[in-house]
Amino acid sequence: MSLDIDQIRGLFPVLHQEVHGKPLIYFDNAATTQKPKSVIDALSGYYQLDNSNIHRGAHALADRATRYYEDTREAVREFIGANESAEIIFTKGTTEGINLVAKTFGRKFIGKDDEIIISALEHHSNIVPWQMLCEETGAILKIIPINDAGEILFEEFERLLSPNTKLVSIVHASNALGTINPVKKVIDAAHAVGAKVLLDGAQSTSHLEIDVQDLDCDFLAFSAHKIYGPTGLGVLYGKREALEAMPPFLGGGEMIREVTFEKTTYNDIPFKFEAGTPNIADVIAFKAALDFVNSIGKPAIQIHEDALLAYASELTKDIKGFIPVGTAREKVSVLSFNINGMHPFDVGQMLDAKGIAVRTGHHCTQPLMKRFGIEGTVRASFAVYNTKSEVEKLAEGIAQIARFKNK
Amino acid sequence: MSSIKEIQEEIVSEFEILGDDKESTIFYIMELGANLEAFPESERIEENIIKGCQSKVWLIADQVDGKVHYQADSNTDITKGLISLLIRVLNDRNPEEILKTDLNFIERIGMGSIIGSQRSNGLASMIKQMKLYALAFQAKQNA
Repeated sequence: MSLDIDQIRGLFPVLHQEVHGKPLIYFDNAATTQKPKSVIDALSGYYQLDNSNIHRGAHALADRATRYYEDTREAVREFIGANESAEIIFTKGTTEGINLVAKTFGRKFIGKDDEIIISALEHHSNIVPWQMLCEETGAILKIIPINDAGEILFEEFERLLSPNTKLVSIVHASNALGTINPVKKVIDAAHAVGAKVLLDGAQSTSHLEIDVQDLDCDFLAFSAHKIYGPTGLGVLYGKREALEAMPPFLGGGEMIREVTFEKTTYNDIPFKFEAGTPNIADVIAFKAALDFVNSIGKPAIQIHEDALLAYASELTKDIKGFIPVGTAREKVSVLSFNINGMHPFDVGQMLDAKGIAVRTGHHCTQPLMKRFGIEGTVRASFAVYNTKSEVEKLAEGIAQIARFKNK
Repeated sequence: MSSIKEIQEEIVSEFEILGDDKESTIFYIMELGANLEAFPESERIEENIIKGCQSKVWLIADQVDGKVHYQADSNTDITKGLISLLIRVLNDRNPEEILKTDLNFIERIGMGSIIGSQRSNGLASMIKQMKLYALAFQAKQNA
């Protein structure tokens, strides 16, 4: 079944505009996706009708806001196949989710000479928190190497695993290259040595079907704004037993059971990890984003996006001077590339002049760029509302720009 | 040699010909980079990099017969084009003249919206560094 892309585009007000006198082609979806009108309406609807602080309010608005807030938690649970909604913690984003695990699980269960394994594909947000933890505790950070296509070397990963491995924290789909990691295999191998596994799902949750119980990951962190939802909101999933064993992250309201000046006891999960007034409006609006994704279905989204990527790869492969970066067999819809003799920032700015929005630079993956011996790339990333004709314009644009230095 | 004012007028009229077409304007800026004189390899060092630019910019200056002579390079073509414009206006002038120059051509051609905010900040850093060189030469002169 093919999707009615015109109808889908109709749901996204921002797409219908011109930039620099050209129709906007938005290919910066891996950075953030655009928002359907239902999400925008839910945001403004909340402030117009329901605004109230949640939990413990003795009035109708608080009751309503609480109900909607918790409805989203349940929708997220269903979206990722978690066992119960108490395992869903709302955060500011993927970065905060990873930091939360580092600062709570990490500080309690990872000590001197223990080992944490990440991969060469990681975003800085899945590198720096672990470096900080290692500095604090004396734990050791190990890196799974990759091949020239941008795929992890699984045998090398197996060699790194040992009884000292306490945590494997790995990206599900690479933001810079699009590589989809074989996470099921990674999780099974890690569990075999008694290590826990955190998945960075920032780039996978909008494209791939995720079932945390089937994957059996211990933690999954992702961001709402990359799944057509609002910015400033993320989710940390954790297995109940893991979350219960962890100390709280931030102290304050909501996360307590009882406070005396002598001792404080903590609330149950998920509230133990949601100190202070949460991001109520964005959480409530996020449900509209999940409803949007569910209304199309991830398999259909994936088929559409894969087709766009295949088409883009086909149209660009023979362009003189075009250098693809990241050619893994399994990829989400990311086309990362360079043009011979040109700086990615220049290429990005020239595409922008054609109305085409892409991202350029190191994509917060400097060690990965170093692995490829480059400063950065140009990255076009596709979403469900992108079309084949937009991909054609991108390829034409790239060809024209490439001629500047590759005559 | 044309005056600073005349050169700025020239640049403004060149960009006026390009009109609102952002694509041609960017291509034009990139082509301007070719006008830069070859940058000495030995000067392509960390100390000569201008801080505050996203792309790398190397800038050096020398004073010859009282006039400041700039040489610069960048790893991106658009930035090279931008520096070439600055050099075209400010090169081989007295420090006093450089310091009192208001580079009004940048605003008059609407450079901000052509190159975006990141590069505009970089451009401001380049101008600042060029003026700092002029200031240093002036101080040396008066010492």
